[in-house]
Amino acid sequence: MATRETSLKKSSPALFQQVQGVLRTQEGVLLIITIISVLILATQTDKFLTVKNLLNQGRLMTEIGLIALPMTFIIITGGIDLSVGSIVGLSAIMLGYSWHNLGFPLEVAIAIALGIGALAGAINGLIITRFRVPPLIATLATLAFYRGLAEGIAQARSVTGYPAWFFDLGQRETLGIPNQLYFLVIGIVISAILLSRTTFGRSLYAIGNNELAARFSGIPVNRNKVLIYAFSGFMSGFAGYVLVSRVSTTRSDMGSGWELDAIAAVVLGGTSITGGTGSILGTTIGLVLIQLLKNGLALSGVTGDATIVVIGSVLILSTLINIVVQRRLRGV
Amino acid sequence: MASVTQTVSMRRPRSQVSSVLRTIFGSQESVLLVVLVLLIAYVGHSNSGFLATRNMVNVFAGYAYIAIAALGMTMVIVTGNIDISVGSLMVTLSMLSGALVTYKGYPSWLPLDAIIGISWLLPIVIGALIGAIIGFFVTYLRIPAIVVTLGFLSILKGVLIMVSQGERITGMPTGYALAQRRPLQGLDFPIFEDFFRMLTMPVFFMVFLMIVVALWMRYSPTGRAMYAVGGNAEAARLSGISEHRIVMTAFILNGVFVGIAAVLNATQFSVIQVTLPPIELQIITATVVGGVSILGGTGTVVGAVLAAILLNTITKALVFLDISPFWTRAIQGLMILVTVLADLIRRQRQAE
Repeated sequence: MATRETSLKKSSPALFQQVQGVLRTQEGVLLIITIISVLILATQTDKFLTVKNLLNQGRLMTEIGLIALPMTFIIITGGIDLSVGSIVGLSAIMLGYSWHNLGFPLEVAIAIALGIGALAGAINGLIITRFRVPPLIATLATLAFYRGLAEGIAQARSVTGYPAWFFDLGQRETLGIPNQLYFLVIGIVISAILLSRTTFGRSLYAIGNNELAARFSGIPVNRNKVLIYAFSGFMSGFAGYVLVSRVSTTRSDMGSGWELDAIAAVVLGGTSITGGTGSILGTTIGLVLIQLLKNGLALSGVTGDATIVVIGSVLILSTLINIVVQRRLRGV
Repeated sequence: MASVTQTVSMRRPRSQVSSVLRTIFGSQESVLLVVLVLLIAYVGHSNSGFLATRNMVNVFAGYAYIAIAALGMTMVIVTGNIDISVGSLMVTLSMLSGALVTYKGYPSWLPLDAIIGISWLLPIVIGALIGAIIGFFVTYLRIPAIVVTLGFLSILKGVLIMVSQGERITGMPTGYALAQRRPLQGLDFPIFEDFFRMLTMPVFFMVFLMIVVALWMRYSPTGRAMYAVGGNAEAARLSGISEHRIVMTAFILNGVFVGIAAVLNATQFSVIQVTLPPIELQIITATVVGGVSILGGTGTVVGAVLAAILLNTITKALVFLDISPFWTRAIQGLMILVTVLADLIRRQRQAE
């Protein structure tokens, strides 16, 4: 309900009010930060603002992006999923293992990888809802468990030698645009519609704002939670497939630490870590900002390690700005 | 009504046995202790090499630095917060300690002992300082702890790799190797003489700090207030507890314990290098498996230390059971799940 009111406010015709409205949202603040960053970075090096470079960055951010979308859903409900990076690794290993060791056709192996991802996510959801384990703990445990399964199954052996068609998704372009980027865009559109235009999406905000109230108003809280964690697992599995297709090999340490990158994109995008607010648009801008910062700084001659310092600082600062803006708003 | 009395009367005959069981499994600490003893007995039975003195010392000393860091993590989690930057902080402080002791630019009148002292103490001070900064962001600027420490994880990791350039530190003076010292060497013991003589410094730090922190959290006003803040922040505020001061204290002490753990970690081997295994996960795992509720308000440091030892025992046991070490993490993860589930089910029973 609250968001519907804001969207009504946004449609108010006066340009000044519109500008003010944009500034009041985290997405707006973030968009301005992004534009300023792009302008500054573009003056530092002429290799940055080229179509080729930007498309390549799109290719590189797809995997984290695919994970950040369901992560937005989960954080909006007040949960968190720390196991996504491990699911990426487990799915990647299962893809290689079921093709190379179990002798399944590669198409089936891909399906198995996606299925394992969804299953792993559903197990997270069941542990969280059935046994009422806090999501942070449940997914911390499965982070270790799923990564452990990946390591145990792989026994430190990597699988390579995939047929040429397998690399279509990760390494080729259609109409000049990297193939996986289409999937990211489709994912963004579907997630955005799901979150803001469906009863299911609205129920996630309700759960995040007041879970007990949501339960009493007849929202199938447990079912919806299991669904979003399963979705998170599925997308992590898909990200694993995209990754294997891009780098041509499977290793058990794939996706390590990705949970933090995905959470950073979501939180940077204005989704409150305590639940109840957030949007896919915000997550998308957060994702783009992180990738452009990484790339732009690297091209400007800043080493990769300084880049993560900048990203960490941006994460804290943008949350701080958001909190200050929110407090101002409440004060006014 | 009839059915209620019936269930009660049916339960009664079992209560003798179940009360004994309840005392044993009544707390997470005793469950962990029982599991630990059974595990050591089982592995020792299958392969007596496991019970060799050298190996048993490794079992108790190997994760001592994780256990010490878990002491601080316990405080942070008890107040209802979390710190996921501890792994990066610990490695950073380890490298700092090594850099301080191998630094060549000290004035020549400064004795070696003073240099070693600086390299042991300064990382702890810096740890406290960073804890204070994190605490300031969490309390006064009201940014959720997970966001602040996620940011600090990135910042510290970046600074660390930039400054160290991936190089390793060697050539520390022998006096520096605090964690390799054996304080009981040469003393006589009626039983397990070799074991006690071989025990290294980290074990003593672990036991001593655990006792101090356990007593402090149980009996001091500030320690009690930590539970109060984590259990019910509003009630704590109304009873005159300064939430800001308590949460600040928890984060600063967390930094201190990470600093101590870092120094013990740095002095353990003759090489210090940037390795970033997810230490923060092992620390949080030990804390949570030890029975500290992530929702805040409950848990003790004794459980956290026992859990750290148990995690290490499992890792070491796999080698002696001829299980591929690649399965270690899967088994550790499964164990975390089982402990957490058992803990929750037990609490629900107790609530009924």
